[in-house]
Amino acid sequence: MITCLLAAYQVAVGINGLENVPTIAYTIAFGVLLVAGLLIIILGIEVLNSRIVVMVSSIIPLSLSLGLIWEHFAFLRLPYLIFAIVAYLTIIITRSITIPVKVSTIILAIVHGVAGLVVFLLPSIFSAQGKANPGFALVGLGGALIGLGGLLLYFLRTGRPIVSSETIMRILPALLLLMTIAFVAGFTLA
Amino acid sequence: MRIVNLIRTKVSSYIPLIKSMQTSLLLSTGLAGYMSAHTHLELNMLFGLVGSLFLAISGSTILNMWYDCDIDTVMNRTHNRPLAMGTVTKQEALWLGVILSLAGVGWALVINRLYCLVVFAGLFFDVIVYTIWLKRRTSWSIVWGGISGGMPILAGRVLAIGQIDLVGLLLMMAVLFWIPTHILTFNMRYFSDYLTARVPTFPSVYGFEATRAIIALSAILAAASIGVAGVMIGVQAGVLRLMAVLSSGLLLLSFATVFRPSEQVNFSLFKYASIYMLASMILLSL
Repeated sequence: MITCLLAAYQVAVGINGLENVPTIAYTIAFGVLLVAGLLIIILGIEVLNSRIVVMVSSIIPLSLSLGLIWEHFAFLRLPYLIFAIVAYLTIIITRSITIPVKVSTIILAIVHGVAGLVVFLLPSIFSAQGKANPGFALVGLGGALIGLGGLLLYFLRTGRPIVSSETIMRILPALLLLMTIAFVAGFTLA
Repeated sequence: MRIVNLIRTKVSSYIPLIKSMQTSLLLSTGLAGYMSAHTHLELNMLFGLVGSLFLAISGSTILNMWYDCDIDTVMNRTHNRPLAMGTVTKQEALWLGVILSLAGVGWALVINRLYCLVVFAGLFFDVIVYTIWLKRRTSWSIVWGGISGGMPILAGRVLAIGQIDLVGLLLMMAVLFWIPTHILTFNMRYFSDYLTARVPTFPSVYGFEATRAIIALSAILAAASIGVAGVMIGVQAGVLRLMAVLSSGLLLLSFATVFRPSEQVNFSLFKYASIYMLASMILLSL
């Protein structure tokens, strides 16, 4: 519930005054978090076992990274926008048709790797270099947590968990909450 | 002491008659309709709105239950309601329903005549047109149930601005179109119950596929009505963004019921639709 409220706050208040593309990108990212949170409340954490979760959860790092790139690296705007769209379409296609699992996993790893690194590194480096408020580094922490959550979900889906599925199910709501707190605080302090 | 205990027992047996969740949701729409005008808040007016709407909605709900007692008795989902169980007699329920309805409409009349007319229309459409006349005859009765469900929000708006305007009608349409996403998913979930009670529903008359398509269509119309109303009210950009996000969730779940139907998706839509309506009402009030 707190995760949902924080995500709702970020959509309604936290991203005012930005350009159109970052506003849309952050709205999508936090909107997905909000709706996903509501569905978890309605259906229980077991809903994360669903096949569609991989497709939906990819939206969050991709949109966040797009928003960050658009705000801070003007020369990369168009290439990254194209990357984000193509990457997402590729994930949807590879998850919808029958192809070797290895291929779809590699694609997912590349996409999440790139987006995750942007969300983790960009705020961390900017904060360290003094280009942004130190609090902006919390967005990077959120990026790290989302990466951890993604890994846990991946292990859960593939049935090769490093910890038991029960433990993952217990950890994930807390992880989701911490991640949202980090993002909201990071963007507020930036 | 014995009298106090008797009153306490009676009151506690009457409470389930008003379907507190449903009444609260309708009451919240009435409040949202009032707050959407963003006029100067008058506490006595607000108190009158809440009190009169609560009485009228509770009264009509009890009258529904009184009339549908035979249906409740044969349905699994409702057979343990106070009237079906016999813990409250039909005569008691009838009197209670009539008294609360009259009190609600009477209070509304004291506050404002047009407001009273809208409150009365809601009660009339719900009890007479929907419950007594159409519910057992046609699955299309839901339209009239929807119109009566939209009356509290219109009433709230009317009380705030003193007239029926386009925004008020849009808000009413939003509730009207939202209701199928809630009720029709319910009809599918308890399909056999309704069949046993011989209450015609969209799934039993037109089939599940057509019902799912209607749910998706009504979700689009509900989201559009709320969105347009929000723009016309002049809600802030951030609030509009949040409404768009919540509407997207509603639309996605509605489309999921059409293209990937399952009991889980059906249940999610049913629950999400309630949260969506409550959240939208809060946002329109900001």
